[in-house]
Amino acid sequence: MIAFNKYYNHFNVLSSALIVISLLLLIFKGLNFGIDFKGGTLIELRSTDTKINVSSLRDKFSQMKLGDVSVKKFGSDNDFLIKFENKDNKKNIIEEIKINLDKSFGNNYDFRRVENVGPKVSAELLKSGVIAISLSLAIMLIYIWVRFEWQFSLGAILALFHDVIVTLGVFSLFSLEINLSIIAAVLTIVGYSMNDTVVIFDRVRENLRKYSDIKIFELTNISINETLSRTIITSATTLLALLAIYFFGGEILKGFSLAMILGVVFGTYSSIYIANTVLVRLRVSQKTVLREDDSN
Amino acid sequence: MLYFSKLRIIFITIFSFLFILIASSNLFKFDDSFFNKKINLGLDLQGGSYLLLEIDNEPVIEQKLQNLTTTFRNFFKDKDIKLNNIKIDNQNIFFNVNEENKQKVIDIFKDENSEINPYYPRFKSHQLEIEDLGFNLKINFSRQGLIKLKTSSQDQAIEIVRRRVDEVGTNEPNILKRGNSRILVELPGLDDPTRIKSLLGKTANLTFRFVTQNDEDRFGVEKLEYEDGTPPVNVSKRIIISGENLLDAQPKMDTQNNQTIVSFTLDRVGAKRFGKATSTGIGKQLAIVLDGKIISAPVVRDTIASGAGQISGGFTFQSATDLALLLRSGALPAPLEIIEERTVGPDLGQDSINAGMIALSIGFLLVIVFMFVKYRFFGLITNFTLIINLFILLGVLTLFEATLTLPGIAGIILTVGMAVDANVLIFERIKEELKDEKNNILAFDGGYTKSRTAIIDANITTLLAAVILFFMGSGPVKGFAVTLGVGIFTTLFSVYFIARLFTSLYVTKNKNNGKLI
Repeated sequence: MIAFNKYYNHFNVLSSALIVISLLLLIFKGLNFGIDFKGGTLIELRSTDTKINVSSLRDKFSQMKLGDVSVKKFGSDNDFLIKFENKDNKKNIIEEIKINLDKSFGNNYDFRRVENVGPKVSAELLKSGVIAISLSLAIMLIYIWVRFEWQFSLGAILALFHDVIVTLGVFSLFSLEINLSIIAAVLTIVGYSMNDTVVIFDRVRENLRKYSDIKIFELTNISINETLSRTIITSATTLLALLAIYFFGGEILKGFSLAMILGVVFGTYSSIYIANTVLVRLRVSQKTVLREDDSN
Repeated sequence: MLYFSKLRIIFITIFSFLFILIASSNLFKFDDSFFNKKINLGLDLQGGSYLLLEIDNEPVIEQKLQNLTTTFRNFFKDKDIKLNNIKIDNQNIFFNVNEENKQKVIDIFKDENSEINPYYPRFKSHQLEIEDLGFNLKINFSRQGLIKLKTSSQDQAIEIVRRRVDEVGTNEPNILKRGNSRILVELPGLDDPTRIKSLLGKTANLTFRFVTQNDEDRFGVEKLEYEDGTPPVNVSKRIIISGENLLDAQPKMDTQNNQTIVSFTLDRVGAKRFGKATSTGIGKQLAIVLDGKIISAPVVRDTIASGAGQISGGFTFQSATDLALLLRSGALPAPLEIIEERTVGPDLGQDSINAGMIALSIGFLLVIVFMFVKYRFFGLITNFTLIINLFILLGVLTLFEATLTLPGIAGIILTVGMAVDANVLIFERIKEELKDEKNNILAFDGGYTKSRTAIIDANITTLLAAVILFFMGSGPVKGFAVTLGVGIFTTLFSVYFIARLFTSLYVTKNKNNGKLI
């Protein structure tokens, strides 16, 4: 048996620090919103000419006065991702750009993907993204509150907040782009983290009923160990699937799978070191679960 | 938990094969229509254009209020009430009436069966709201009135959009209403939406009006610019004919001067009006105005009674074709703005499909190998179940003709990774049971029973996340929610019926062979 409970305090300090750092990052550095949430235009360009590179593209695009322009390599050497604000929301911007690029590069390039999101739509998408995440947290809270005693709900929700905040913190730290698929990833993380926590909690509650003489500090450790191989196997298979998406699923799914990978790692960690320590700190005992049974 | 009746086994087998068959209809062609269903590929996988259009209703509201002022003036004139100082400002109509008539006017507007303020009997809300500001009266559209106005302009606009898109001839366009002032246009396979965008960006409001020199026209005068930059001229506001009078419009080559023109034919009313105007207006310039700009303003030389005419204006063949198309399909009730556009080229779509399939195969392989190494025989059962699970998942998606997107493929891969969870929970529980329980059957039974609450709880949480994502997400993300959500049900089915069936067969046969797992 591994003595997870020996490190409860250490990891609580670490988690608190991670949350504080993440929050500071989110407040002061902010998130790198993609055009889905900020508005603007994105062009994925493939070239067949070595003359076309990041710097020549950057030159061309900055001449066109489109506001902030970012040009990046996208996966392979001849694929580029160009993003700009399109501040004045010009109508025929794509056609103008094509004419401009034709002059310098001829026919040696191709637009593989064009996305243009107006300011109204991006504001709405951001709003519905925030609503979706808040709603999912609220629904999980209600679900767990119905299924378990309030001490368990608090533990699960704290773990959930930890996972979401720290994942977003990592995205802020490395300026990774937040787009629609990241919202999908965050929601899935919420589901996964909850899933993981619930499985351990289920065992804690079962053990609470079984043993009246074991303190919660020991009991959580027993429960964690009993469910440990399941925790490891499930996170391992999920991570294997996600790594396959990350490395082979193409550039578009990179951000999504990275967010999910982080979420699974944090989710597994928090089920053990946040959810359970809340039970310990709230001095959950056999009475907690039995009282609930009586009232039912 | 380990007992299966024969009937149940037959049911499970038929059910599984049915879905495998449905899933395989994506690969083969069946004649039967039931098996001829296919998973739709989202625009991000097959390539195509997604355009979200917003109707700018402000001009419609202005126009409607303008018309209403005339209606009110005439209506109250018949009742010997004179409306003074009528003006429209910021989507409100303001006017004065004599103090003794004020209450009467308000009562007429607030009457439940009011002739000039409808909707009350049906919606329990009038079309217009009236407010007494003391020095004058204010009228504006009620919420209900605005909704009706917006939906009706949306109904008209979607019809025109459909006609224009159909005329261009893309395959299977998808044109849908969004809210009450938006229209969604999905154009599969279209990798350059430039032409469609420019066609949808034009209101195509065509009018024929005389150019006047004096500013004192009875109908009012406005200064209009030329499309080609010729200095602006004064044009009467009197409309001789408009786009509504057109029966047909076609691009043509004018053989005399080798110019591309648009020839048109007018309906009966239009022909009559056009004939009359051209006979009285010989020598005058007749301006052809499209969306507030003059295309050309030829001098009338003859009376044109045939109801056919032509528009010249330095067109290229393409621009003449487009103008003819716009005129044929009719004018939009209000300008449209493209507020969101997403276009994916077909080769990127194919690349995404390939990448998705490679990731799926590799993810699948990794999980299978891992499970086999970890659980040996029971790993094989899990893996076999996983394959069937995948087929059933594809079968369900096919049956409902769901749309598969790139995130949707990610959802399938994720399902593969998480699907083993339920089996792992069961197997681990059985292992624990076997520590104190020598009887294999009892231990397996206990393992299944005791792990059930955890499995259900765990799956419900993921399902909740998927449901929220389905209702809040858009486009490709919705596809992810669908595969993730459906995956949960197929996983539970395959774990509790297929895997359990094989486990039970194996355990009953080897119950006396010591610890089985």
